[in-house]
Amino acid sequence: MIRFENVGLRYGVGPEVLRDVSFHIPPRSFQFLTGPSGAGKTSLIRLMFLSLKPTRGFMSAFGKDVSRLSATDLPALRRRIGVVFQDFRLLDHLTTFENVALPLRVAGKEEADYRTDVIELLRWVGLGRRMHAYPPILSGGEKQRAAIARALITQPELLLADEPTGNVDPPLARRLLRLFLELNRLGTSVVIATHDIGLMDQVDARRLILVDGHLEVSE
Amino acid sequence: MIRVRRRKTDANDPFAAEDHRDTDSGSEVGFGGSGPSPIVPSRSVAGRALVVVVAIMTFLSCLTVGLVMLVTTAAGDWQADIAREITIQIRPIEGQDMMPRLEAAVRIAEGQPGVRSARALSEADNNALLEPWLGSGLSLDALPVPRLVVVTLGDAESLDVERLRTALKADVPGASLDDHAMWTSQLATVARSVIASGMTIVVLMLTALVLTIVFATRAAIASNAQVIEVLHFVGAENGFVAREFQKHFLLKGLIGGLIGGGAALLAFLAIEVAAGSARSSTVVTQAQALLGPLSIGLPGYLVAVAIIFAVAILTAVASRVAVHRHLSGLDQR
Repeated sequence: MIRFENVGLRYGVGPEVLRDVSFHIPPRSFQFLTGPSGAGKTSLIRLMFLSLKPTRGFMSAFGKDVSRLSATDLPALRRRIGVVFQDFRLLDHLTTFENVALPLRVAGKEEADYRTDVIELLRWVGLGRRMHAYPPILSGGEKQRAAIARALITQPELLLADEPTGNVDPPLARRLLRLFLELNRLGTSVVIATHDIGLMDQVDARRLILVDGHLEVSE
Repeated sequence: MIRVRRRKTDANDPFAAEDHRDTDSGSEVGFGGSGPSPIVPSRSVAGRALVVVVAIMTFLSCLTVGLVMLVTTAAGDWQADIAREITIQIRPIEGQDMMPRLEAAVRIAEGQPGVRSARALSEADNNALLEPWLGSGLSLDALPVPRLVVVTLGDAESLDVERLRTALKADVPGASLDDHAMWTSQLATVARSVIASGMTIVVLMLTALVLTIVFATRAAIASNAQVIEVLHFVGAENGFVAREFQKHFLLKGLIGGLIGGGAALLAFLAIEVAAGSARSSTVVTQAQALLGPLSIGLPGYLVAVAIIFAVAILTAVASRVAVHRHLSGLDQR
């Protein structure tokens, strides 16, 4: 699904933040991406959702060589990937419903065609009563679930979550983890970037460990 | 592939208990009757400032175009008036009678193609012309004052001025022809200068407007960087993002253009109405004597309306180009 072979990344003329990174995300897999702060987790996530291109090495996404992709190829590939950020990145001037429906709206779909799906997904993540609420009045947990719902609405093949439990209390973190496991059970590959060892210990899953830009895989 | 719909009855729903299944009714959910919220937030201080700038620029552009049209029309009228007449001047010559020479000049002039009539000014007419300079009650009989023949043209194009000049020179001693070429040429130069200056001002204002829009778009991009980033990672194509910004700025441009252009149209109307109701005023009379009727006419109004829409379209296109450039930069990272 996503394959890295000896990938390196640097910003501008700075030092390499990722060095010789090699791994593979298989379909229907579940893995944690972990490592100390500043190890390059967010950079690796950004590479995976095609926001950055590697400065060296080989990377493929859904069987396509990323270095050969043109700007017009990117939107279609990004729609196959759901992303959840630690800071949610919800649009404050749109309601929860509109935020979650955004990926469908940008894909040119009509509201009548997706209204039911969005409502059911919002109910599933426990936001059935907050559909008309704007993000500034949602709690941290509600915002996180809205961000997750937005990432899931297009039924992506891969879900990338960057510190999804960083802003929530431990009980909610456990519930969010159950949500990700449930998604994985339904067929979505999941990558959760976290440095919360307690969270990782709750699940027997593969760990991609980044230290100083190098990646080790712990099966 | 996951199936969201199936989860409705899934006992494993992690947040099912919290949700209680008592959601808003489906018919009330969604964008509601007013349609979806704009993806680019429509209300901002920068947006209001842009509307004001566009309104001012449109107002000034419309006023400039209106004044240029007024002067152009007036200059055209002056030129037409002057070109309809030419003058033959006959100097007194010692030992030669004036009257036969005047009659000869009139006859020669009337014999030319394109001449409607020729009339020798009487001594009284001559004296009246000189009165402003020499004062009244003065006897001019003793002075060698030239006499004039006014030639009115029917079709100025078919008159051969040089042929008339040669004929006069041959048959009427002391005659010279003034076809006002210098005046018409100066008026044409003045009219062209006014048009060129006005158009330069309009072009400069529209250029300033485009630059203002580009800066406003960049400011909007900067303040909506998160919106653009979110749209990008949910899979929006560049064209979609550019269209959203273009819609936003087209609306701002249209509102600004309508306010500024509307104010200019009202100003033109007010000038017309004021000129109509104050015909006896000296200022209005003098202005009308100089510029003709103080109205920009239908073409002027049409041009003002065209400027309003041109400004709105310019605003939209400038913003689209600026957004496209920004997005291309994002994809090349």
